[in-house]
Amino acid sequence: MALAERDTPPAERVTTLATRGLTKVYGTGEVQVHALRGVDMALYESELIVLLGPSGSGKSTLLNILGGLDRPTDGQVHFYDRELTDFDERALTRYRRDHVGFVFQFYNLIPSLTALENVELVTEIARRPMDPAEALSLVGLGERLHHFPAQLSGGEQQRVAIARAIAKRPSVLLCDEPTGALDSATGILVLEAIQRVNRELGTTTALITHNAPIADMADRVVRFADGTIVEVRENAAKCEAKDLSW
Amino acid sequence: MKPLDRKLLRDLWRLRGQVIAIAFIIASGVGVLVMSLTALEALVQTSDAYYERYRFAQVFANVKRAPEPLARRIADLPGVQTVETRIIQFAILDVEGFVEPVIGHLVSVPERGQPVLNRLALRSGRWISPGRVDEVIVGEPFAEAHGLTLGDSIEAIMNGNKRRLTIVGTALSPEFVYAIGPGALMPDDERYGILWMGEEALAAAYDLDGAFNEVSLSLLRGVNPDDVIDRLDQILARYGGVGAYARADQISNWFLMNELEQLRSLSSILPTIFLSVAAFLTNMVLARLIAIERSEIGLLKAFGYSSTAVAWHYAKMVLVIGGLGILLGWVIGYWLGLVNTTIYSNFYRFPFLYFRPGPTSFAIAGIVSLGAAMIGALGAVAQAARLSPAAAMQPPAPPAFHKSAARLVAAVGWLDQPTRMILRQIFRWPLRSFLTMTGISMAVAVLVTSMQWIDSIDRIIDVYFHQAQRQDVSVALVEPEDDTVIREFAALPGVLAAEPARIVTAKFIAGTREHRGSLHGVLPDPKLELVYDAGGTALRVPPEGLVMSTKLAEKLDLSVGDTARIEVLEGRRPTIAVPVVQLFETYMGMPAYMDLDALNRLLMEPQRVEYLSLLVDERAERALFAELKEMPEVAAVMLRRAAIATFQDTMAETLIIYVSFFVGFSCTLAFGVVYNSARIGLSERGRELATLRVLGFRRWEVSYILLGETGLLIFVGLPFGCLCGGALAWLMISAFETELYRVPLVIDPSTFGTAVLIALAATLASGLLVRRRLDSLDLIGVLKTRE
Repeated sequence: MALAERDTPPAERVTTLATRGLTKVYGTGEVQVHALRGVDMALYESELIVLLGPSGSGKSTLLNILGGLDRPTDGQVHFYDRELTDFDERALTRYRRDHVGFVFQFYNLIPSLTALENVELVTEIARRPMDPAEALSLVGLGERLHHFPAQLSGGEQQRVAIARAIAKRPSVLLCDEPTGALDSATGILVLEAIQRVNRELGTTTALITHNAPIADMADRVVRFADGTIVEVRENAAKCEAKDLSW
Repeated sequence: MKPLDRKLLRDLWRLRGQVIAIAFIIASGVGVLVMSLTALEALVQTSDAYYERYRFAQVFANVKRAPEPLARRIADLPGVQTVETRIIQFAILDVEGFVEPVIGHLVSVPERGQPVLNRLALRSGRWISPGRVDEVIVGEPFAEAHGLTLGDSIEAIMNGNKRRLTIVGTALSPEFVYAIGPGALMPDDERYGILWMGEEALAAAYDLDGAFNEVSLSLLRGVNPDDVIDRLDQILARYGGVGAYARADQISNWFLMNELEQLRSLSSILPTIFLSVAAFLTNMVLARLIAIERSEIGLLKAFGYSSTAVAWHYAKMVLVIGGLGILLGWVIGYWLGLVNTTIYSNFYRFPFLYFRPGPTSFAIAGIVSLGAAMIGALGAVAQAARLSPAAAMQPPAPPAFHKSAARLVAAVGWLDQPTRMILRQIFRWPLRSFLTMTGISMAVAVLVTSMQWIDSIDRIIDVYFHQAQRQDVSVALVEPEDDTVIREFAALPGVLAAEPARIVTAKFIAGTREHRGSLHGVLPDPKLELVYDAGGTALRVPPEGLVMSTKLAEKLDLSVGDTARIEVLEGRRPTIAVPVVQLFETYMGMPAYMDLDALNRLLMEPQRVEYLSLLVDERAERALFAELKEMPEVAAVMLRRAAIATFQDTMAETLIIYVSFFVGFSCTLAFGVVYNSARIGLSERGRELATLRVLGFRRWEVSYILLGETGLLIFVGLPFGCLCGGALAWLMISAFETELYRVPLVIDPSTFGTAVLIALAATLASGLLVRRRLDSLDLIGVLKTRE
């Protein structure tokens, strides 16, 4: 409760996603793993939030639930005024399709489709997509539209994944360790792309990392440990992604 | 248990669906192979033993009448071992309670016991008593068909006299394993029966005292029957010999040997298809497994396992899958072999049946199948052995997609991305795609081939029994009669029209080629039994010259305009040279026709008739049959309706069983191929598909990408399968072509439709199974791990 009080939003901020008492228990019977223990938090429109914490602290579980990939054992998730926890399988698919953009550590591109086609994969089924080429330009890949994943570097592949995630103009962009598999120079290019998307499109963005310096580019930093939020901090002065180093 | 073996068992359990699917396909191949081989073995063993034990003769000859002492001269011919002379006649029988006249095949036997050759297998009752002229032993199938038991009697018109004969025994004979009446295509045990009578009784009835009209010979080991036949013909010519023939041409044996030949071709074509598909699937599954287990293989090698040990580990997997399939196939094959042999024994009557399949058939099937599976697995296993530990522990390079094929796909602008993924995937693995498609094609092809028989048989029945024949009843006379007999028959109750013909035994000769057959003398424009081309036209027979079936022309290497030499083997035995004026296509036999008057002129027996076709008013049939049973000049009566019914029943019975075998096999094939390729697709692309689900693709959209690929291959495979089915059917039919009949290649469009539907149903079933797995994709797990 104390955390929730500290987290009270200023009047002008609109909540995109909010959770209340979010609990996730894996396994049944004797061996139970509490991945989340009653998490209350909110994501505000257009902000970039970084979730920090050691592995197993519950940040990925939270992201998966926010993205409609997983269901909580207990508690609620609100997406604007709708309750996500009430959604059935079909509605969750709809939610992911229309509102959520995902970026993963391992880019998960479709190897049989070119960069452009990977983005088109999403724009074809989205309600009001942007031009796929434009999405790729936004992440700095305007010149590599017709390359297959096998012909792109890791950083480039991740940027295609970002372009694919934002091309549908999602309400939220969820990034799970987007730089985890990359060296720092390439990682920064990817973060720049995320920052640019957040800034230019105003997409609410949540970024998971265990890499503390990345937190400097966030509006807010949420620190996780053992399934609960241990700290929420507002960055008075956001850092430019290109100025980060680790 | 060693840890590697434990891994093997767990892998097999994890892949059980695919393991079972492959094992079933192997089992199908093994099953067909074992079925054909064991049935073949059983029939060969049975007939060999039967022929041997009951002294089936090796050369046969019919004569008009030859004096008994001639037998000594025949016995003196070089190479002859034993001579048996007999009297053989046809007679009309009247069986109580059976309206239609029955053809009786009377065969003489010594009154004091078994003949030296062509002995009888007495099935019930006793041998005839010496001096009792009214006692007969009847063929067992005939007795069964009419429910005749010992002590029952039947009436026969023998040489114009009505005789009541008492049944004292039933028997089978190696001469009549396949007992078919004159002009018949299938055994009809109701309308055709063998009667064995005492030699003296038959001789007395047919005025053949001290004479015989048939002689059978056995030969010394290693003697060529052709030499004996030539000499025998010379001796018998002046006694009205119509040409001796070897056992190979003896009608019952001929049918039996043909059947064995067909079983042999069956045992080579179909198992090949099944085992090749099994080899391909084994390869696919194993290659995939090895690709997934790259890092484990690297690890094993890093620990110090040798390449051989790794290869052996995966080879064992193949051995287990193959072994499962083979065991299952043995059981299925044994059972099918037994069913098959039993079916055969309904048409081919043996007094005993050896179904004691030796280990050879099973061993052959096992080795061939295991070999096929091993060959299929060879590439994959070698790949596992070759992996170097360092390379194996690196993830494999992502599959590269070719620019050219990609551009091709991209060029089709209106395609959506999922469809592009499908097409690229197909182009990325062209060989695998081709093999999946081929697997489906083969399933359809096997279906088309097996069901096509029904269409072909329908066509044969239509052309042979409906188009070419319009008569209801055909009558063969004992002797050629003056043509006033036509009016006599036309006046019988219910007869609407009567048409004469004459059929003489003749030898057709062209250069060094010859054929012993029959020459039909017919009206110039027959209306009841037509000279009918299978292409659909009735031919007119010109006043001069020969109208010949293409099959006979082929055998003699004759074409229109050539002259054939014909040695007529009856009457005055003229030898004539006749030009071939027209050829026609037939499905049955190798007939040759000429004008009736011309034939009679050649024989110098004007206006003779030996055979009549009758058009009959159905309502008066009973009365007609009653009259025919009493007519002394009638040797045989054939009913078209009965012939069709027998043909259809026999075919229906056998074909339904075979077609259901093959439908089962094809479904296994289609199911196995689709299930395996979809499961492999799923294991390779689970990550991709999960990503799509995360991106918001619905279940059916994701299913579309996975099953769409298989679906597209099937879509192409189906018509390809229909084509292959046509080719395979043609191959089978060519293998089955004999002098007696040729099965036309007829495939009704509905057969293609049914084959495609059955294949689709099997495909759909396996698709649904995989789809269930697709629905339960672990979206999070698959994304958290690196492949």
